[in-house]
Amino acid sequence: MAHDLYWRKTRRLTFGLLVIWVFITFVLTWYAKELNAFSLFGFPLGFYMAAQGSLVIYLAIIWYYNRRMRQLEAEFGIDDE
Amino acid sequence: MPGSLTRLQRYYLLYTGGFILFVAALALLEDHGMPPRWIGYSFLIFTISMYAVIGIMSRTSDVSEFYVAGRRVPAFFNGMATGADWMSAASFIGLAGTLYLSGYQGLAFVLGWTGGFVLVALLLAPYLRRFGEYTIPDFLSARYGGNAIRLVAVGAAILASFVYVVAQIYGVGVITSRFVSLQFEIGVFVGLAGILVCSFLGGMRAVTWTQVAQYVILIIAYITPVAILSWSVTGNPVPQVVYGQVLQRVQEMEDKLFDSPAEVDARRLYRERADEYAQKIMQLPNSLSLEREQLTARINELKASDAQMKDIVALERQRRELPHDPDQARLRWEAAMFAAAERAAPPIHHAAAFPGEDEEGWAQRINFLALVFCLTVGTAALPHVLMRYYTTPNVREARESVFWSLLFILLLYITAPAYAVFVKYEVFTHLVDIPIAKLPGWVAAWSKIGLVSIEDINRDGILQLAELSLNPDVIVLATPEIAGMPYVVSGLVAAGGLAAALSTADGLLLTITSALSHDVYYRIFRPQSSTQFRLVISKSMLLVVAVLAATVAAQKPGTILSMVAWAFSIAGSAFFPALVLGIFWRRATRPGALAGMVVGLAVAIYYIFRIEFDGIAWLGVSGLRMEPWFQVQSTSAGVFGVATGFVTIILVSLFTKAPEKEVEAFLDALRRTRRREDA
Repeated sequence: MAHDLYWRKTRRLTFGLLVIWVFITFVLTWYAKELNAFSLFGFPLGFYMAAQGSLVIYLAIIWYYNRRMRQLEAEFGIDDE
Repeated sequence: MPGSLTRLQRYYLLYTGGFILFVAALALLEDHGMPPRWIGYSFLIFTISMYAVIGIMSRTSDVSEFYVAGRRVPAFFNGMATGADWMSAASFIGLAGTLYLSGYQGLAFVLGWTGGFVLVALLLAPYLRRFGEYTIPDFLSARYGGNAIRLVAVGAAILASFVYVVAQIYGVGVITSRFVSLQFEIGVFVGLAGILVCSFLGGMRAVTWTQVAQYVILIIAYITPVAILSWSVTGNPVPQVVYGQVLQRVQEMEDKLFDSPAEVDARRLYRERADEYAQKIMQLPNSLSLEREQLTARINELKASDAQMKDIVALERQRRELPHDPDQARLRWEAAMFAAAERAAPPIHHAAAFPGEDEEGWAQRINFLALVFCLTVGTAALPHVLMRYYTTPNVREARESVFWSLLFILLLYITAPAYAVFVKYEVFTHLVDIPIAKLPGWVAAWSKIGLVSIEDINRDGILQLAELSLNPDVIVLATPEIAGMPYVVSGLVAAGGLAAALSTADGLLLTITSALSHDVYYRIFRPQSSTQFRLVISKSMLLVVAVLAATVAAQKPGTILSMVAWAFSIAGSAFFPALVLGIFWRRATRPGALAGMVVGLAVAIYYIFRIEFDGIAWLGVSGLRMEPWFQVQSTSAGVFGVATGFVTIILVSLFTKAPEKEVEAFLDALRRTRRREDA
């Protein structure tokens, strides 16, 4: 059924973005000490990621999710008014 | 309704402009000699009456307006309201201070409190909005069926929210007593009035629109002082962009400062003092009587010679103030020992992540990630935040409003680390290595209320870094004075802190009230009661809970701030697994969810209790304290609670009968896997 496909696509998108989120939040942060050896905009990289970089990526994840969901809803004619 | 949307934006633009004009007028008046105290009063009266006007304008007697603002809040404004709802007194006042004191290690809060919104956006908000009832217990009860799960959810929601609301009202008391010099208890009740004018008449509708107004004030108040500071230090008024270079300068100063002979010497003296206390504690009770005898001997000696009376009196007072019994001595000396040991510890570079070696560094990493985990999951499970996503007109707007929420929250969380770095720079340049007699005036002013303490332990007349200790709250509260700004900026900061505390308190209070009146009274006891009577019940509950919270806050409970950190673990353990599996796993059953919520909550509370407390005095139990698991601190108890919650739901669900047809239909509607007939 077409709507099952909508859900499957939603789920795939959700889990894909969650994997990115886990990577940014937990994997990169685990190596913060090592990342601090590099620098970005004058900040040590590990510090920068936790203070700004990751937050901006979080915002981008939500933005992308909303955009994709709008497209999926248009594609499957789903309208939640 | 694009017409009303622009009207709303016009109103709030006008309001923001009005507020800026008001601040400018006060700045002008201060220049002409208006005393600071009046400035404090003006801010207090102006902002609270603004909130009251909005509250009265949004009064309502409609149930849907009262609980979910009529579901007419546009995404953009819901984002602002969520921002104010989310950022509490702790974020506003405490965060920059924590970052100042712990450098990189404090960033766990920044990561956790923002990362959680990704979970809200992807896993919860759209589905909660599509479900479209009033509360979080509503959702769990509809998904799993039955009142037992509703009651557990209500219990957990109240447990997590009540401590939190007490902390907000406490924050209001602290701010009003410091900036307007009201007595603490009176300040608490002023705060209570400020909360009630919004929520009592108009419920969620009024709370939403005041929260938008409060967001505007709090963000202006947060960014202004650090922008001025940034301008004066670097010539660029955008602190978030330029603090990288200031951080480099701070690091250079740290390199020079940390190993200077005077610092090393001061730290050695503190180390010796800590060892001395450790010795004394080990030799209890003899050390206590020995100390008393020594003091007595010296008093007698002085009395025999013709010493000055005031020296004798001082010594006698010292003897009087000795601990009365060995138990008291142990407590006091342990506190003194830890304080000294803390000052003796070699300082850590601001940007250094996990500075410990081997085992210690490993524990630091584990704890950092565990804290981030608990804060993210807690963010995605605190009912007062999730409830906000019921208030948008549709699912799409609910999703958009998470984006706006995070954007508005980011503005503050990206500024906080900059705040910390700029203040550190100021402290290194204007305090450290300066003769104590020549320290700026604010040091003495804030020492008086115990938020700053300096001690010249090596008696060289110069302040060493190790000799200075700052309470985290003082960073934000005193920055205007540290940077020599006019008092109007201090007043602005106080108004911002007040807005942060009041807005969060409003949201929390509404959560507790709706849990009691909607979930318990209406859904469980009296489903047949009229809508009018339901509102009467809600409003009286609101009054009772608010007065109760203010009464608790007026007692100045010392542990309240650490209890707030536990709220995240408690909410996360109770709600997160049941909510997420309820949406994404068809097979999750009622017994599974019930068991998972109870077990998760129990594990979190058990862990917090066994780590933090040794016994329960009134039950006569003691010796309960245990070694932490994997060296995880009690604030991160949620790691274990959430994990056991997930495992329990999955195991119990697999061993119980698969959910009925109604659940299938519920999930189909939620996921839109089948066309809804009734839509």
